[in-house]
Amino acid sequence: MSKVLIVADHFQGKLQGSTGRTVACAKELNPESIDVLVLSNDSGDLAAAAAKLDGVSKVLTADRAENEHPMAAIFAPQIAAAAEAGSYSHVLGPNTTFGKDLMPRVAAKLGVLMITDIMAVHGDYEFDRPIYAGNAVITVEAPSDQILVGSVRCASYSAVEEGGDDAAVEAIELSAEIPTHTRFVGVQSGSSDRPDLQSAPKVVSGGRGVGSEENFKVIYSFADKIGAAVGASRAAVDSGFVPNDMQVGQTGKIIAPELYMCFGISGAIQHLAGIKDAGTIVAVNKDEEAPIFEVADYGLVGDLFKVLPELEEAVSK
Amino acid sequence: MKVLVGVKRAIDYNVRIQLKSDGSGVVHDGVKHSMNPFDEIAVEQAMQWQEAGTADEIVAVTIGGVAALEQLRSALAFGCDRGIHIKVDEDVQPLTAARAFKELVEKEKPDVFLMGKQAIDDDNNQTGQMTSALLEWPQATFASKIELGDGTAKVTREVDSGLETIEVDLPAVITVDLRLNEPRYLKLPNIMKAKKKPVDEMSLDDLGVERAKNLTTKQTSPPPEREAGIKVESAEELVAKLKDKGLL
Repeated sequence: MSKVLIVADHFQGKLQGSTGRTVACAKELNPESIDVLVLSNDSGDLAAAAAKLDGVSKVLTADRAENEHPMAAIFAPQIAAAAEAGSYSHVLGPNTTFGKDLMPRVAAKLGVLMITDIMAVHGDYEFDRPIYAGNAVITVEAPSDQILVGSVRCASYSAVEEGGDDAAVEAIELSAEIPTHTRFVGVQSGSSDRPDLQSAPKVVSGGRGVGSEENFKVIYSFADKIGAAVGASRAAVDSGFVPNDMQVGQTGKIIAPELYMCFGISGAIQHLAGIKDAGTIVAVNKDEEAPIFEVADYGLVGDLFKVLPELEEAVSK
Repeated sequence: MKVLVGVKRAIDYNVRIQLKSDGSGVVHDGVKHSMNPFDEIAVEQAMQWQEAGTADEIVAVTIGGVAALEQLRSALAFGCDRGIHIKVDEDVQPLTAARAFKELVEKEKPDVFLMGKQAIDDDNNQTGQMTSALLEWPQATFASKIELGDGTAKVTREVDSGLETIEVDLPAVITVDLRLNEPRYLKLPNIMKAKKKPVDEMSLDDLGVERAKNLTTKQTSPPPEREAGIKVESAEELVAKLKDKGLL
C-alpha cells in the first residue's frame, strides 16, 4: 500500500486550491494514508485549512523563519528529509509554478525521477501525462522500487471536499541543511478582488482583439456582472493590455472552469492547451474562420464591443 | 563571466505533431526540427551579456543524437564561442541529463548555466531544477528579467501570483521564460561562420555519468477531442442557452 506525502501550496497566508486538487489525485492511488506537509514560518491557519481537506490523514508542520516565503532551494531539502523520515512511497505537489519550481529539485535531492503533470492514475506507478502542449498523452510506468515524485495537473482534478473530521496536526523536526544562497526580494501581484483565475467556476478572457489596456474595461465589466475571473491570451499579455498572471494557455495558467467565455481570442494551439478541460466554451470573435470556433460549444461571430453590452443586458433580464 | 547555455533539439514549434498509428510515439521522420524556443531565449540572453561585455565566454551544450549537432550549430550562429555535444543514441531523461550537466559544469566551471524553462516536446520542466539540485547551486526558474550584480543575480520570475523577484548567489542555474527577450534572426554569414567554430564531442561514459532509472512510455494516444459546437446568432440567444444549462 502506498503512503503519500503532499506538499501544501500556499501564498500570502492562504492555502491554495491546488492543494485540494493534489489530494484528489492522491486519493485515486487508494493509499494507506495521505499526509500534507505545510512548510511555513507560521503554519497555524494553513495547517488548520489543510486538516479540513477530505482524505487527509495527518498534517505535518515544520515552522522555521527561513520558510516565510516558498522557495525551492529552501523547501526541497526539508521535503526530501520528510519523505525519507516518513518512509513515503509517493511525494506529490501541484503543477502550479510553485510545484513546477520545487518538485524536480525534491526528486533530484532524493536521487529519483519525476513525473510532471499527472492527469490520470492507472496504478501506484502508472500514470497519464500530456506532452507537446497537450497534443498527445503518454501512459508512463515508473520504477516501483524508489520514491515516486510527481506533480499533479490541477485542471484534471476537482478539489476534495472540506469538512468532516479534521485531520491531526503534528509538528515535526526535519534535519536538513538550509542554504543561504537564495533570498526572497518581493512579489508584485496583479491580484484583485475578482475570483481567482485558477479556481473560479466562470472565466471571461480577452485577447488581441480587445485592442488596448483601456478597452479591457469592457471585459472586466462583463466579468464582474457574472461574477467571473478574468483571463487573457498571450497576445494580450505581450501587448501590455494586462499583467502576466492573467495569461491562460500552455505557458500561462491551465484552467478548467465550468464556463469559459473568450472575446477577441483567435485560439492559437498554445491558448487551447490551457482551456481544454473547461466545461463549456463560448467564443465571440469577428473572424468566423478563427480556430477558437473549432472547440467552442457556442460561437458568436461579431464585434465584441457590440456583443458585450448586449450580453450584459441579456444577463440582467 | 563565463556562461554555459543548454540547447535541445525538438520538433519545430509550428508543426502539428502526428502520432504513429500503433501508439508507439510521435512521428519524427521527415518532420522539421528546431532549437527548443525557450532555449533560443536563453541563447539570446547570453548574447546580450556578450555584447554588453559582461560575459567573456559563452559555451553551448546539447545532449542528443547526431542530428542535434544542427541545433548546436544554430547556437554557435547566434554567437556562442564553442559547442559541446554530449552525443547519445539512447533516450536521455531529465535526471540523467542533469547528472551529465553536473559533470560538465564541474569541468567547465561557468558562473551562470542558462537554459529554457522546459522543452516543448516532453514538457517536463525538470532538467534545470535537477541540475541545480545536484550541484547544490541556487536556481531561478521562469526568468523574465535578470539583473547581474557583484557575484549575484536578481531574477524576476513569472509565477502564478504575478512576478516574484529573488536574489541568488552565483554560480546559479537560471531557466528562462517567454518574456525575457525576443531572439534575433540568424544571418547567413553567421551561420557560415558557425560551421568553423569548435565543437567538442563526448559521451555520457566520457563524463562518467551513471544512468538514472527511466520512465517507460507504454502508450502514446491522442488527447480527448473537443467537438465544435453550434453558432448562435445573437447575444440574447447565447445568454438563453447558457441560462438553460444553469451556467449563468
